[in-house]
Amino acid sequence: MLSCQNVRVQFGGITALDGVTFDVAKGEIVGLIGPNGAGKTTMFNCISRLYPVHGGDILFEGRSLLAEPPHRIATLGISRTFQNVALFDTLTVADNVILGAHGHAHAHAKRRFFGEAFRLASALRAERALADEAAELMAELGLESVAQRTARDLPFGTRKRIELARALAARPRLLMLDEPVAGLNHAEIDELTGFIRGLKGRRGLTVLLVEHHMNMVMGVSDKVVVLDFGRRIADGPPAAVKNDPEVIRAYLGTAS
Amino acid sequence: MVAGAFDRGIAGAQRDGVARRALSVATVVAIVAACAIPLWGSPYQVFQMTLVVIDAIALLGLNLLTGYGGQISLGHGAFFGVGAYTTAVLIHSWNVPYLLTLPCAGLVCLALGFVFGLPAVRLDGLHLALATFALGVVLPQVLKYKGIEAWTGGVQGISLEKPAVPFGLPLSPDQWLYCVALAVAAGLFALARNVMRGATGRVIVGVRDSPVAASSVGIDTALTKAATFGVSAMLTGIAGALSALVVQFVGPDSFTIFLSISLLVGIVVGGLASISGAVFGALFIQFVPNLADDVSKAAPSAVYGVVLIVSVYLMPYGVSGLLRKAKARAFAWIDARHSRSVTSQPTKPTKQGS
Ligand SMILES: Nc1ncnc2c1ncn2[C@@H]1O[C@H](COP(=O)(O)OP(=O)(O)OP(=O)(O)O)[C@@H](O)[C@H]1O
Ligand SMILES: [Mg+2]
Repeated sequence: MLSCQNVRVQFGGITALDGVTFDVAKGEIVGLIGPNGAGKTTMFNCISRLYPVHGGDILFEGRSLLAEPPHRIATLGISRTFQNVALFDTLTVADNVILGAHGHAHAHAKRRFFGEAFRLASALRAERALADEAAELMAELGLESVAQRTARDLPFGTRKRIELARALAARPRLLMLDEPVAGLNHAEIDELTGFIRGLKGRRGLTVLLVEHHMNMVMGVSDKVVVLDFGRRIADGPPAAVKNDPEVIRAYLGTAS
Repeated sequence: MVAGAFDRGIAGAQRDGVARRALSVATVVAIVAACAIPLWGSPYQVFQMTLVVIDAIALLGLNLLTGYGGQISLGHGAFFGVGAYTTAVLIHSWNVPYLLTLPCAGLVCLALGFVFGLPAVRLDGLHLALATFALGVVLPQVLKYKGIEAWTGGVQGISLEKPAVPFGLPLSPDQWLYCVALAVAAGLFALARNVMRGATGRVIVGVRDSPVAASSVGIDTALTKAATFGVSAMLTGIAGALSALVVQFVGPDSFTIFLSISLLVGIVVGGLASISGAVFGALFIQFVPNLADDVSKAAPSAVYGVVLIVSVYLMPYGVSGLLRKAKARAFAWIDARHSRSVTSQPTKPTKQGS
């Protein structure tokens, strides 16, 4: 479904990605791991078209993403969360989640401009439908009680769930999560891990997961890709990757 | 205080609904009354209030861009000027009916704002401010340009006649223009409020809050910003068009960079990202300079400056921010009284947010 081929990215003198190749098959949960600065987030930003790619290609369902502008990526079926949580801070939780569906409801959004200006029934109905869909997602992620609160005012763990709800609102086929459990407590980690595992069965989603929490990644992933200094050093089932000598060397001295 | 909002019972919610409805009815009555008062004023007062209504439209436009969209424009006076000139030229050179010139001015500014905005919105805050500043500085020079003097009247500008009062209405031309401006403003404010409450408002604010997240959910951020720029310029341009009718004159020096700066002052004092803020801002920029003149003939700018600093210091979120806070206090007070009265009866605690 997703195929990264020889992807190369440079920032000035630094080569952040040095010919990285890996595939993500439909329905899989793939873990993307590696020490700090390995290039994991950079890979996400390439797929999101936020960073320029200097070499190689990224194919999604057979189509090169490099020809697409960033705002088309969601419409093609790829959603993501951010390592440092990027929410619409002054909007309510409900509005954050509703905006998540923008790529999906795009055609309507443009037509709704005039409909809403004159408060036509059709526009109000469309708005109601979006709100209902968002309400369902918020219920699933335990956000109902804060639906009308401003995103900025909420604690970190809640903000992470808002971001996940927003990403799911686009009804993606590929969901990219950048460190979804970082900064969460034990109970929250268990809950979210269960949720991510559940996504696979229920929604038939494909998930690409960046995470430093080893037990979590090894536990949920069907396959793990390891990066180190912008190079792919391993790619395989969690059990094999865990015992790979090169992976152990890369992680030596760093917490794992 | 927040927990109180969640713990309200059904009776409380009903009572709250009544309080809210009473407040909004009172607001509407107050607005209608306030709008009618100038009709009994002196011709000069009517003229002044018409300018307030016009400024409110201009500020609504700028607030869309700067308050909601987060893009600073230091040159919106230019769109005000282009709107005014469009109306003046259409009436003077082509005898176009004056009411028809208003949408024309709006469309011209919409196109101009969009075309200017498309490249400009890729600039970051400070550079965008500079680019718009340049626009504001350049316009008076362009208006004086010899090549288009046949239409613009060059440095002389264009004088217009007062439009006649239609249908034999018992109004003076000034009163009629006040009504026209008020009707246009009412329509534009209602449209802006509806749009900003719905999908479009969400998109504009989303792009301001986090461009990266906005593009990740499928929003074309550059297009959104340029479109916001266009609509903002359109509203400010329509205000300019109305001002040409009311002032009956347009000249290159009516639209200097000082106008752009006052518009910016208006939205900050009135309240950023607030529809009602435009009205308060308009009252400020119309009356405070005159007031300053009355206080000190010698140094009116100094008085104006002091009033400005004090207002920004006392009301960091503008007049509308202050009112919002007062309203929240009032509701909290109602809630507190209500919860005191129910604690005497045995009630089941309601679940948060249910
Ligand atoms: N916008 C940027 N400008 C310059 N250098 C960058 C930029 N983004 C990333 N880099 C560099 O690219 C390399 C890879 O960074 P990246 O953020 O992808 O690492 P990561 O694997 O996500 O690390 P972490 O686990 O700490 O999040 C680092 O050396 C980083 O400094
Ligand atoms: Mg990272």
